Amino acid sequence: MSASEETRVEPARRIQFAFTDEQEQFRSAIRRFLQDKSPTTEVRRLMATPEGYDPAVWRQLSDELALPGVHIPEQYGGGGFGMVELSIVTEELGRALLCAPYFSTVVLAANAILNSGTEAQRANLLPDLASGAKFAALAITELNGSWDPRKIELVATSDTDGYRLQGTKSYVIDGHIAERLVVAARLAGKAADEGLGLFTLRANSVGVERRLLESMDPTRKLARIDFRGAHAELLGSLTDGAKAISRTLDQAAIALSNEMVGGAQALFDSALNYTKMRVQFGREIGSFQAIKHKLADLLLEVELAKSAAYYAAQAAATNDPEWPALACLAKAEASDAYLHMAAECIQLHGGIGFTWDNDTHLWFKRAKSSEVFLGQPDYHRELLMQRWGV
Amino acid sequence: MMSKVNETEVRAEVREWLAANWDPELSLVEWRNKLVDSGWGMPQWPQEWYGRGLPVALARVVEEEFANVGAVAAAKTGVRLLAAATLLEHGSELQKKKFLRRILTGEDSWCQLFSEPGSGSDLAGATTRADLQGDFWIINGQKVWTTSAHHADHGLLLARTDWDAPKHDGMSYFVIDIKQPGVDVQPLRQMNGHASFNQVFFTDAKVPVENLVGKVGEGWKVAMTTLAHERRGADGLAPPSKRGRRVGRIYAEERAELETANQPYKWYPQRAGRVDLIIERAKETGANKDPNARQEIARLMIMAKSAEWTARRARAAQQQGRPQGPEGSLGKLAASNVARACARVHTLMTGTEALLTGSESPREGIIAEILVSVPAVSIAGGTDEIQRNIIAERVLGLPKEPRFDTGPFRNVRRN
Repeated sequence: MSASEETRVEPARRIQFAFTDEQEQFRSAIRRFLQDKSPTTEVRRLMATPEGYDPAVWRQLSDELALPGVHIPEQYGGGGFGMVELSIVTEELGRALLCAPYFSTVVLAANAILNSGTEAQRANLLPDLASGAKFAALAITELNGSWDPRKIELVATSDTDGYRLQGTKSYVIDGHIAERLVVAARLAGKAADEGLGLFTLRANSVGVERRLLESMDPTRKLARIDFRGAHAELLGSLTDGAKAISRTLDQAAIALSNEMVGGAQALFDSALNYTKMRVQFGREIGSFQAIKHKLADLLLEVELAKSAAYYAAQAAATNDPEWPALACLAKAEASDAYLHMAAECIQLHGGIGFTWDNDTHLWFKRAKSSEVFLGQPDYHRELLMQRWGV
Repeated sequence: MMSKVNETEVRAEVREWLAANWDPELSLVEWRNKLVDSGWGMPQWPQEWYGRGLPVALARVVEEEFANVGAVAAAKTGVRLLAAATLLEHGSELQKKKFLRRILTGEDSWCQLFSEPGSGSDLAGATTRADLQGDFWIINGQKVWTTSAHHADHGLLLARTDWDAPKHDGMSYFVIDIKQPGVDVQPLRQMNGHASFNQVFFTDAKVPVENLVGKVGEGWKVAMTTLAHERRGADGLAPPSKRGRRVGRIYAEERAELETANQPYKWYPQRAGRVDLIIERAKETGANKDPNARQEIARLMIMAKSAEWTARRARAAQQQGRPQGPEGSLGKLAASNVARACARVHTLMTGTEALLTGSESPREGIIAEILVSVPAVSIAGGTDEIQRNIIAERVLGLPKEPRFDTGPFRNVRRN
């Protein structure tokens, strides 16, 4: 941890409640790109493929917008920005529901390597991720489905030139297409925070078996991965493994919160447009107070969730000591708001909202998978209370 | 933005004037008459009416200089500044001359007579009537939710003068003398036991014709000015300065004035739910050891924090001169949600002791007062439902409901 924090390029700033003009321009550029590249016809096409992404779009997103490296320090080939900019990207991706291995490669794997790797490891591994040349996946959860690092059981055994991994990981986002895996594992005989580390290996290594799972949210591909004595390299040291895993998950919770508020806003816009257009009883349904009041309440919920997600990103970017607690706060708030928005968006569409042809279910399923992914809201509320010392 | 030169000049000028005039041994009224004559009391007001025509930003500079020496400001409590703003915009020369000075010196107190038992959210449905007889308007009817009417000298009155015009076009705006035989002020006791408001009954009360503000039938337009200033928070009230030595006769008089003005509102922090007490109470009651309570507490605190940050986002956007986003109109609705959630969590944490009230109940009655005061938040200053209509129609652009209150007011259904 100490090594990673020293080299981490986070400009020392105070928490801002408005985005800068540059950040707004950055957001607009991403939004324009995604409007063009990720219409729901494309989302539907890609979610039906096993790979779940379009290589040409990924190349453009990497070469033209440099999104995979946005928060990776410049010395590793990235853009050198921080959590705020990364969160702007995920918010826009969530809004457009882009099908691409961004969260897995950039938010999860790249951060795991940044948080745990030695200087040499980071210099070796990150440039390929920053340039978008390679995909990587982070394997934390196991068959028990726990997001608590203390529940990790996959065993790492020391070997002559590294470690051997034994056990099963599951719910690994994009684990089936990743070229590199980062795996949380534990030395045999250790428990809780002890002996935890992050290990890395090529996904096509001997002793690695990967299987694509059938996921409820088809825009988020999940894999199960069996490790049978696969040879892996330890990232950094075993003394700070638990902290690095925890930090990575907290950063991911913030990025996901921002992704969720982007999705929630897309659903809100869709519901609002529909209620202005749909006529029943001789008037637009949006003229009924039953609908107006619901929309006003939903707007409030979405805005509150945005405030939480933005604030948590600002806190992490400025290294506010409270930021890990705020990651939990934002995850709980955004999960609830997104899922509620998704359910009400279906309701406001009426019967058509429950059809496959209507696009609402695409976001509804992402809302549901995001609610569960990285830990459900009650898990994060409890963690928030612990981190606040209540 | 203000130019540096101007700011420097204003600072120098106000400092010089304060050095020559500020004296804490003056009476409040003596001192405030000096403020009125010099224009330093309300520097953002026009020069011809006791101000100096300065932009608001420079008025803040003046405020700072006053604070630096501990100089007392012009009277700003209650609705007096709403009255002043309305008169400055719509009042006649005579009205300005008659009322503005004593508003600023604090000699006269004011109240606002808009809401009625029959028209709450629908303010334009007022049925208090004003009938012209010779040189006087004769007032009959009833107003309600009037703050501080029991010690007010004048009231801002909205009354109907034409029953054949559509509702908004049949009203006129008056300044009425409260201390006259036709006006009966009765305290209105609230469910929490406090009486912060009054009912005001008018029986052939008299308003001289020269106290009509604006033209006959323009009452709604004038009232909009009053309400706009109310929403704006009465033009930036700085709390009284705590700096300087604060020794002298004038400070005692100022304290007494504030005590009277604030007395009816002692329960206001409780109606907002006292989110500040939640974590302390969780530890004090042991609720922090209960998994269900921990979830509820976390839910509430997340909502409260998110609401606070939403307000700060709105302010930041405003400061950067960006068009205000939807976050600006959501504050009141968020505050209602937070208050209700607070009442629920306070009850949950307090347990059976929540049955008690008064000095033997938890926190000397504060918790009990929260529980019976929170219902006010979602009503006062515009109900949640009206707030949602405003958000839906003005922010989201949803179509308006069909109306049934057009045409002559005489024919409109009402309470």
